Amino acid sequence: MDRVPVLKLGDILIVSIQIDLQDQSVLALQEDLADQVVATGARGVIIDITAVEIVDSFIGRMLATIAAISRMLDAETVVVGMRPAVAITLVELGLSLGGVRTALNLEKGVALLNHLDGAQIVTAAQ
Amino acid sequence: MTTSDDLPIKSNSDVVLVRQHVRTAAVNVGLSLVDQTKVVTAASELARNALVYAGGGQVRIEIVNNGIRKGLRLAFSDTGPGIPDIPQALTDGWTTGGGLGLGLSGSRRLVDEFDLQSAPGEGTLITVTKWAR
Repeated sequence: MDRVPVLKLGDILIVSIQIDLQDQSVLALQEDLADQVVATGARGVIIDITAVEIVDSFIGRMLATIAAISRMLDAETVVVGMRPAVAITLVELGLSLGGVRTALNLEKGVALLNHLDGAQIVTAAQ
Repeated sequence: MTTSDDLPIKSNSDVVLVRQHVRTAAVNVGLSLVDQTKVVTAASELARNALVYAGGGQVRIEIVNNGIRKGLRLAFSDTGPGIPDIPQALTDGWTTGGGLGLGLSGSRRLVDEFDLQSAPGEGTLITVTKWAR
């Protein structure tokens, strides 16, 4: 089974999925990310799916689960780089990924996380 | 002329292999990128279903021609427990496997033709077709 590497950049963990994911790799990634969020105190997680050709209900549910787990561990998740054909297929499949934030690319994902983090700090100070 | 490709579905890595073979066939048939993505996604759902609910099965990938258009036909068969209530199994959100309940109902929306034959104790045969536009 291939494992997906988790990279750390400042307060953000970045995962770029470059392999055709099998279900076991997906579950391993979920656990690796939860561990890494706690170990590094990361505030954000970016999952780059630029190279992912299909997202089926299992992978879609994994994205939503990672977002939920990270949120519980005080980190926000952004999925970036979704292909148009993947978005069309996901919606038709019936999966709208309601709880998952998305951005068009890595740069916008980082900007979104910085914005969210800033907003949280302002809220906390009030 | 019809070409076909039979693949076993016995493990998670077979599900990945099925996706790859279906993708290649979809390209050969001339499906658009969106239609390729839809049919590969449907194949992924149905292959996983065969694995999860029947402990495995097989798929036949066929390139078909109706005289006007070419298409891709996928037949997933297993000798598992079968589906007692087919309309219920095709309902969005219905699951007995702890998933989202979108595998069957969602795959049906992603293809042009969907046929499901199953009875308790007699396994399941699901045939889907996607036609090139």
